[in-house]
Amino acid sequence: MKSLLSLLLLLFVVAAPAFAQEAGPDVLVKKVTDEVLTVVRQDKDIQNGHTRKAVDLVENKVLPHFNFQHMTALAVGRDWSKATPEQKKHLADEFKTLLVRTYSNSLTSYKNQTVVYKPTKLQGNETDVIVKTEIQQPGNKPVQLDYALEKQGDAWKVYDVIVAGISLVTNYRDTFAQEIRANGVDGLVLMLVNKNKQLEAGKK
Amino acid sequence: MKGPFVRVQIGKRVFPLVFAAAVAGALSGCATTANNPKDPYEGFNRAMFAVNEGIDVVVKPVAKGYDEAAPLPVKAAVGNFFGNIWDVWTAVNNLAQGKGSQGLSDVGRVLVNTTIGIGGAFDVASEMGLEKHSEDFGQTLGVWGVADGPYFYWPIIGPRTTRDTLGWGVDTYVDPVWRVNDIPLRNTLAGVRFIDMRASLLASDKVVEEAAFDKYNYIRDAYLQHRRSEIYDGNPPREAIDADSSK
Repeated sequence: MKSLLSLLLLLFVVAAPAFAQEAGPDVLVKKVTDEVLTVVRQDKDIQNGHTRKAVDLVENKVLPHFNFQHMTALAVGRDWSKATPEQKKHLADEFKTLLVRTYSNSLTSYKNQTVVYKPTKLQGNETDVIVKTEIQQPGNKPVQLDYALEKQGDAWKVYDVIVAGISLVTNYRDTFAQEIRANGVDGLVLMLVNKNKQLEAGKK
Repeated sequence: MKGPFVRVQIGKRVFPLVFAAAVAGALSGCATTANNPKDPYEGFNRAMFAVNEGIDVVVKPVAKGYDEAAPLPVKAAVGNFFGNIWDVWTAVNNLAQGKGSQGLSDVGRVLVNTTIGIGGAFDVASEMGLEKHSEDFGQTLGVWGVADGPYFYWPIIGPRTTRDTLGWGVDTYVDPVWRVNDIPLRNTLAGVRFIDMRASLLASDKVVEEAAFDKYNYIRDAYLQHRRSEIYDGNPPREAIDADSSK
């Protein structure tokens, strides 16, 4: 009896690491999306436009899976290499605040949409993948929502979100480039800081 | 129905605004310093954008009222009805682009939705697995190899590249709603469709307001990306990233 129990225990210990293996990018996207939607569907505050609660939800469930440093580097483009490490950190922090706010806002417009997960063909050795999903809403055309993920060690991290073909990150490229041309990297940092302050002041 | 009434009001206010803005735009266009290669007529476009923002002051409350007052099944039926009419043109464009199976699927959609879906009010076809596509003549021209051309922003119509402005012209010419003989009915249909379309954009208004540093720029860049994606049916070739990619 005792040996059977210890055998079972041993099996469990050996099998556990297999379960702990990092989920594929498509599994990750589905898991996080389902988690977030479950919360939003039950939370009347968020559905009524309570942005602060939506931001908290995003910070807890979604943020850990994003690589903001890379996202900011993409948005800033060629001038990223001209920034000091301190400026880079500052830019990434402010850009993260802005993106979280924008993404959380779209959650407050949730009205009974359903998400369809498109099949992702994975070979098993990629490091850069696009996971496609589709948001379906009654009476309206479905909206494409894609996530660009890259492998960082064992984990997959999102570095771009593409809504209806519009990359959230590259949509800022021209604006950022213009600001850096006019006022340098510090000018861009200031622009982001001011924008975030403005949003903070206006929010619920 | 508020449709035709709103359009008459808009008509009276639009013309003088458009004229003044066109003049202002033409003058300021000469003074534009930031020359974006995608947007050589930025001065004119920004003036038109301002006109449209002015028009939206009248339109948005109507759209919001519709959005809040109309029960979801009604809004769904309206969206589906006009979507069904559009599916016919989508089918034609898919075939013209050489996408035979998609075109035939669209024909199937129209048949199913018009009959079982009771005049298009119910999108039964989607539930049967016939996916909804959206094609217009601008996309067809794009697939045929016609380049974007300079970007324009038109009042009421909104953003369009040069090619897509021409495409819009063709779309409007074949549009069955504009061919309805009974003028009041035609205007009502067009008005309802317009308000329904504006209402569907209300959710993204908030996002644009908060995410954009410059609303005009944001909308232009989003539009150009979106069009490119549409022409490639959601799978545009990924652009080379300039960034130094240092993490």
